[in-house]
Amino acid sequence: MGYKAKFRVWRGEGGEGRLEDFTVEVNEGEVVLDVIHRLQATQAPDLAVRWNCKAGKCGSCSMEINGKPRLGCMTRMSTFEETETITVTPMRTFPVIKDLVTDVSFNYQKAREIPSFTPPKDVKPGEYRMQQIDVERSQEFRKCIECFMCNNVCHVIRDHDENKPAFAGPRFLMRIAELDMHPYDVADRKDSAQNEHGLGYCNITKCCTEVCPEHIKITDNALIPMKERVVDRKYDPLVWLGNKIFKRSGG
Amino acid sequence: MEIERHEYDVVVIGAGGAGLRAAIEARQQGKRTAIVCKSLFGKAHTVMAEGGAAAAMGNVNPDDNWMVHFRDTMRGGKFLNNWRMAELHAKEAPDRVWELEAWGALFDRTKDGKISQRNFGGHEYPRLAHVGDRTGLELIRTLQQRVVALQQEDEKLHGDPEAYIKVFAECTVTRLLKEGGAIAGAFGYWRETGKFVLFDAPAVVLATGGIGKSYVVTSNSWEYTGDGHALALLAGAELINMEFIQFHPTGMVWPPSVRGILVTESVRGDGGVLRNSEGRRFMFDYVPDVFKDKYATTEEEADRWYTDQANNRRPPELLPRDEVARAINAEVKAGRGSPQGGVFLDVSTRLPAAEIVKRLPSMHHQFKELADVDITREPMQVGPTCHYIMGGVEVDADTGAASVPGLFAAGEVSGGMHGSNRLGGNSLSDLLVFGRRAGAGAAAYVNGLAKRPAASEESIRDARDEALAPLERSGGENPYEVHHELQRTMNELVGIIRKAEEVSEALEAVEKLKERSKNTASPGGRIYNPGWHLALDLRNMLLVSECVARAALLREESRGGHTRDDYPKMSPEWRRRLLVCSATPDGATVSVEEKIQPSMRADLLVLFDRPELSKYLTEDELAEYDAVDGAVKEA
Ligand SMILES: Cc1cc2nc3c(=O)[nH]c(=O)nc-3n(C[C@H](O)[C@H](O)[C@H](O)COP(=O)(O)OP(=O)(O)OC[C@H]3O[C@@H](n4cnc5c(N)ncnc54)[C@H](O)[C@@H]3O)c2cc1C
Ligand code: SF4
Ligand code: SF4
Ligand code: FES
Repeated sequence: MGYKAKFRVWRGEGGEGRLEDFTVEVNEGEVVLDVIHRLQATQAPDLAVRWNCKAGKCGSCSMEINGKPRLGCMTRMSTFEETETITVTPMRTFPVIKDLVTDVSFNYQKAREIPSFTPPKDVKPGEYRMQQIDVERSQEFRKCIECFMCNNVCHVIRDHDENKPAFAGPRFLMRIAELDMHPYDVADRKDSAQNEHGLGYCNITKCCTEVCPEHIKITDNALIPMKERVVDRKYDPLVWLGNKIFKRSGG
Repeated sequence: MEIERHEYDVVVIGAGGAGLRAAIEARQQGKRTAIVCKSLFGKAHTVMAEGGAAAAMGNVNPDDNWMVHFRDTMRGGKFLNNWRMAELHAKEAPDRVWELEAWGALFDRTKDGKISQRNFGGHEYPRLAHVGDRTGLELIRTLQQRVVALQQEDEKLHGDPEAYIKVFAECTVTRLLKEGGAIAGAFGYWRETGKFVLFDAPAVVLATGGIGKSYVVTSNSWEYTGDGHALALLAGAELINMEFIQFHPTGMVWPPSVRGILVTESVRGDGGVLRNSEGRRFMFDYVPDVFKDKYATTEEEADRWYTDQANNRRPPELLPRDEVARAINAEVKAGRGSPQGGVFLDVSTRLPAAEIVKRLPSMHHQFKELADVDITREPMQVGPTCHYIMGGVEVDADTGAASVPGLFAAGEVSGGMHGSNRLGGNSLSDLLVFGRRAGAGAAAYVNGLAKRPAASEESIRDARDEALAPLERSGGENPYEVHHELQRTMNELVGIIRKAEEVSEALEAVEKLKERSKNTASPGGRIYNPGWHLALDLRNMLLVSECVARAALLREESRGGHTRDDYPKMSPEWRRRLLVCSATPDGATVSVEEKIQPSMRADLLVLFDRPELSKYLTEDELAEYDAVDGAVKEA
């Protein structure tokens, strides 16, 4: 059952590093994270890796396995040939702290820039009434485990640090869509999605959707509908007029 | 000595449901609040909770109310619960769930647009607010987003989002500091850099979760090293009920690397049944006397219950967890287990495939990805896994205050609420109810202080030296090996079924491991060094394991999460006795004392009928009951 696998793991700190080769035992049913843990326990006690639940639920163990963004805890060794060398590197879009651990503070920064859920003032807790069908769209986006692999893979920022200030990334553009589709959210999010959070940078390549471990249809269900909402707003003269009137009467 | 210092009013250790709710409350009461956690923000163990949060909102069955919930909770805990906590919990849980909705949570809905509620073991009515089988994620994300909302408010008001509430993520606290008898702060290190950090704060709320990493087979993550339990002990507080550990009946058993990962109870709540290798639904053979009249005796009645709960009794698969875990254990021991050493849990023959995928998406995904099993077509194999510790810091029910002034605790790290066994779904609601109360308790404590205690330079230096020690030794023990041996010891000798000799053996082993852990060495530097982190966590795991074993040896009865092979019966005499653990400041000696739990308040006592109480209470206590019951009837 067990065999020896060849692993090549990125080691290094603060911008410098290299790939290090290991030969390591693999047992039936194991995932890549198990093997990384075996390396820690037997060969490289200070090998840094982030993880928590080991069940695909917390989104901590994002890494790039043979160049593809994956959750280490959900990538089974049986998906590789026994002879294959498996290369494990940190997420490329975020600065490396050490080994496989990256500085993901970009994402927390962006999260804070999106205005929060804004319910009408007069609805009290316990009074909310929503139909299942009306919450399902936003519920899909709330499955997000914040692994940040979609942000990692999106070409707008993957090799373009200069775009980072202006672009929230798929994760947080989806958050805007989630709130916009929430039955009780009254904030106007369309203009800011476009002007402040960089929705316009997205050219719907769907790379984000492809890597999402929760299989959320980020592009089709969040980004494209959000773009449509923005466009409707821009070209619908009635909406435009309504907006103006609303704004004026609101002082 | 280079130590980063921060000053706060309230420091909350832990960013799970309890910690975040506590921090939100402290901030809402105007306190400058720090949240410190070992993982990234939003990744605490609470994300793993699947089934739901129990709250008697009565959305699905209008007969539900706090009194029914209170009774179920006390029954589940075999009447050992702190009844005041159980009362507050049952009364306040609905408000706490509704509040989440006002902060943006999107629970699954009933037909009339309210929050839907699902059945769970030990709950008389459908009671668990849920989102598919990812309720914990919804809870933590909502609270996380509430923290962000407060930060956005502070940015508008003060120009700094972190003026009143700041998250210190990937930061581990290793010591609480005191002046005189009172809390003065907390000492820890940044996981990323290994640099030290000191929080000067008069109030600390512990919300660090559980202890499962002392066991090999567990549903718990690496964070569950009992840090809060140990920090409290070392600071002079007491732990109660440490002998009571919940082994969840259904963990994955295969493949080995995922052994212990949870299979949610919703599988059974939604119709899944347990079978042995002979195909028998064996749970019918394991309904204990105290529950005989509440559970179905035939498969037909059990199956009818899913559609008609008014006229049928519930299936025995939905007995409290301790009963189901012991039954599975017994079936496997009797040679009627599944090929990989568990039993079969089957929904595939019970629900249409599409329905399974819709109701149990994470389970479907988990088995497919990790075990190559399609649960819509074949049964799962499951067995017990160490899941939850009922024991924890002894606190005042109303404020979450521990015996040390300035120290508070909430969530899994606190003890009392769940008695000897927790009902599923009662943890998430516990986090919200008592998280809020502990945050408010800490804020009120700070308001009442005349001056802020200050930690002595000496105590700070000691904390630093203790933390540096494993890095400074060379050629010592490998912490991974010590950890592994502890896990095996606890699993084998202080597991589901316990015996005096085995528990004593475990205590000897723990004593030796304590010695070895003093000599661990961690090669490498201070930057993100997991070997070093583990060496520091070992102190906590060993201390907590010792408490578990000592209390387990003393309690000569079987109740909830504590089963003694040599004392198989539940004893009314033992019901009133709590075992209270304390330790010397260096952690070298743990002692356990008995303490009598106060009698239940009369108006709560009369919520039960006499025949039921007579199964749990002593003759003296029943006489008390007759006196109040008579008085109530006359009035
Ligand atoms: C798989 C699974 C499923 C579950 N399902 C349900 C369910 O459906 N319903 C239910 O009611 N309950 C459920 N439970 C139980 C419930 O999830 C937990 O009891 C609960 O989430 C604990 O929350 P908490 O806030 O106490 O701690 P946690 O969420 O575990 O948070 C602990 C926090 O403390 C931090 N911490 C710990 N030590 C330190 C330290 N030394 N320094 C700094 N920070 C520290 C951690 O980083 C973390 O942020 C489940 C448990 C598991 C394992
Ligand atoms: S679809 Fe848009 S957001 Fe997603 S990866 Fe492509 S450009 Fe980025
Ligand atoms: S949307 Fe998917 S890929 Fe992006 S952070 Fe969330 S879970 Fe990860
Ligand atoms: S460790 Fe939680 S998703 Fe991998």
